[in-house]
Amino acid sequence: MTSYALFLGCTIPARQPNYELSARKALGKLGIKLVDLPNMTCCAPPPVQSIDLESSYAVAAYNISLAEEANLDLITLCSGCFESLCAANVALKHSPEFRAQINRSLSKAGKEFLGNKEVKHYLQVLKDDIGLKRLKQSVSKPLSSLKVAAFYGCHALRPSAHLRLDDPERPRLLENLIEALGAKSVEYRNKLKCCGGLLRGYSDEIALDLAREKLVNTSKAGADCIVTLCPFCFVALDIGQMQVRSKFNETYDMPVLHYTELLALALGVDPKELALDTHKIKADNLISKIS
Amino acid sequence: MALVTEERTASLTFAEELRQRMLGETINLCYQCGTCASSCPVAKITPSFNPREVIKLALLGERAEVVSGEAIWLCCSCYNCDERCPQKVAIPLAMYALRNIAFKEGFIPNIYSEFASAILDNGRIVPTSKFVEKKRPTLGLPPLQPTGVDALRKILSATGFVKLYQKKGGSS
Repeated sequence: MTSYALFLGCTIPARQPNYELSARKALGKLGIKLVDLPNMTCCAPPPVQSIDLESSYAVAAYNISLAEEANLDLITLCSGCFESLCAANVALKHSPEFRAQINRSLSKAGKEFLGNKEVKHYLQVLKDDIGLKRLKQSVSKPLSSLKVAAFYGCHALRPSAHLRLDDPERPRLLENLIEALGAKSVEYRNKLKCCGGLLRGYSDEIALDLAREKLVNTSKAGADCIVTLCPFCFVALDIGQMQVRSKFNETYDMPVLHYTELLALALGVDPKELALDTHKIKADNLISKIS
Repeated sequence: MALVTEERTASLTFAEELRQRMLGETINLCYQCGTCASSCPVAKITPSFNPREVIKLALLGERAEVVSGEAIWLCCSCYNCDERCPQKVAIPLAMYALRNIAFKEGFIPNIYSEFASAILDNGRIVPTSKFVEKKRPTLGLPPLQPTGVDALRKILSATGFVKLYQKKGGSS
C-alpha cells in the first residue's frame, strides 16, 4: 500500500465534505493510504501570493517540511494547493540561495525545508501508482450510460514547467481516467478556459461570465455532468449555476462532480455515503441513470 | 527574490523593483506582441484588463497608475499567458508582484484584507466552523487535525507579512 500525506487545504474541509469523502473512499478502495498530519495550514495560493510572494513561498515550504518530517510525499485534492505547493517545491529545490532565505524564516518555527519530497496531484497518483489498466479492472459499476465533460481548470495543468501533469494545451489524462470508468468523455468548446473562480469576491460579474460559458458549452455538447478537479471550479460551476439562474434567467441543471465522486460511484460506493446532497445542483437523475 | 526594503526600493526603477519581487524573472524582455492579451479569458470580456497594457505601463514606469488601478486585480491567475509568452515573461508573477506593491501601499481590495486576517487568525484563508467540524463524524470523516497557526504566525512575522498587515490597520 502506498502512503501519502493528505493535504486538505482550506476550502475542502470548510465547504466540501463531498469531495473529501469521495476521495477517502475511492483512493482507499484502490489501496492508497492517506495520512492526516497535524499542523498543516493554508497552502498559500494566489490570494496569499497577491499579498506577499515571499511569504507565500515560506508558507508552502513550511507545509512541505511537515511531510518531509513524516517521510511522506504529499497528495493534493485541490488544484490550487497542488500549484502553490508544487511551484514552491520546485523553486526551492532549484535555488539553494532562495531556499536558505526561506529557511531563515522557517527556523523561527523550528522548521527546515530540505527538498527531498514530491508534491503530487491525485490524478498523477492514479496514473502512476494504479495505472489505467488496474483502474479499469477495479470498476464494479461501469458508467457506460454517462456522457462526461472533463474540466481540468487551470492549476492542475499550468504553469506546466513546474507541474508536469500533462500537456497544458492538449491534455488527455482526465479524459482517459473518465473513460477508464466506462463513461464517454465529450468534447466541448473552450474546454481549457478558466472557470473564473479566483475572481469571485473581487469581480463577481466577470467570474460569472466565465462560469456561464462553461455551462453553455457543456450543455450544447450534451454532457450529463461536468467533472472537476478543484474545489474552486466546483463552487464556480455548482453555486455559480444558481447565480446564473437569477442573473440571466437561465437554467442548466448541469450536475458538477469531482472526479473522485465519479470514481467512487464506479468503484461501487453507495451514493448515499457520498454526501451528494451538499451539491447545489442535484445529481439524482445522474445517479438513477447509472443504477 | 530578495527581501525588498523601503531603502533599497527608493533608488530602483519600477521595472527593477518588480524584478526583485519576482524571483529574478524579468519583464524587461517583453516586446509587446500581445500573445498574453489574446490568450487572456478576462481581456476577452472586459476592456478593464489587458496584461500587455499592464506590462507596458510598468515598463514605462507609470507606478502610481498601475499600483492604484483596478487592472492588476482582474488577472484570474489562469497562467495561459505564462504558457504562451514567447519571451517567457512570468506574467502572473508580475501581477502578484504588482499586487504586493499595491498591498504595501494600502491599495487593498476588501476580499484580500479578509484573506490576510483569516490566515493569521486561523491558519486557513477559508476558516472551518464548529458546525462543520461537528458534522464530520456523522458523515464518516475523521476529526480535522489542528492547524499549525502558531508556527505560521512566527514564520509570517519573520517574512514581514504580519507587519505589513498591521501597518494597514489589521488587528492581529
